[in-house]
Amino acid sequence: MFGIFYRWSSPAYFYHQSARWIPWLWLLTAVLIISGLVGGLVLAPMDAQQKDVYRIIYVHVPSAWLSMLIYSFMAGAAAVGLIWRIKLAEVMARVSAPLGASFTALALVTGSLWGVRTWGTWWVWDGRLTSELALLFLYLGFIALQSAIEDRRRAARAGAVLALVGVVNIPIIHYSVVWWNTLHQPATVTKLGAPSIAVSMLIPLLLMSLGFMSYFAAAVLMRARCEILERERNRHWVLDLVKVHDNK
Amino acid sequence: MTISEFFAMGGYGAYIWPAYGLTLAALIINALVPIYWHRRLLREFRQSHQRQQQLQRKNHDV
Repeated sequence: MFGIFYRWSSPAYFYHQSARWIPWLWLLTAVLIISGLVGGLVLAPMDAQQKDVYRIIYVHVPSAWLSMLIYSFMAGAAAVGLIWRIKLAEVMARVSAPLGASFTALALVTGSLWGVRTWGTWWVWDGRLTSELALLFLYLGFIALQSAIEDRRRAARAGAVLALVGVVNIPIIHYSVVWWNTLHQPATVTKLGAPSIAVSMLIPLLLMSLGFMSYFAAAVLMRARCEILERERNRHWVLDLVKVHDNK
Repeated sequence: MTISEFFAMGGYGAYIWPAYGLTLAALIINALVPIYWHRRLLREFRQSHQRQQQLQRKNHDV
């Protein structure tokens, strides 16, 4: 067991193995997102109160979930990198940040488009919206810190501290709708007991969410492979990569 | 449901389609970034490899 873990954390091994997974992850992503879109935009019924505008949920909620999930992944990877000095973990934390920031921005923008139609305003300083905005700034701060420190290993350590402090914000986002019940609607899917959403509306939402997760897995692996090459550019196995290309 | 009804989205198309369009754009851009990044890296490695070989050949001739 430990042997597998050790092998996988080797950058060269990871670089070669991950290349075999990526096409399958893209295929899975395409299947999930396309079926989620058909289910959400065509098959799901109209909402009794909100009419068709509720359909923004199928991009808004998966983006918002991913923004928190990616942050947790990033902070976890950063912690592993900080404690055990595992290079691959540092790489994962670093390359997750731009993807997490993208999903956070998407959650905010799609929420804004939804809000302007149903609440009559693009933005309010509501608990959920404000803590999600704080998440965006945490990601941007992490990215800025990574690019400000030349030495990648030192940058990883500094970033890990920031990422771990920011973890506090994750439960705040989750419970914000309970603590400050101002404008954003409370949880319907993840609340304890049965979700209060019709099954024909829920299934596309779950398909889209799984599709976004699979997308993240594919995109983060692709970025991690590049980041590994950046760090290992003077190693033998990277030079061999170019020689193999020459022989073709 | 006709095609135009589908795109009208019950009159909410102006809110729904930008949300879906921006999401799609972000997903596509984030997928393209590592593709170009990888290409650039391999090109850089190949160039430095060729430079080294030329250097070695030159030293050999002298």
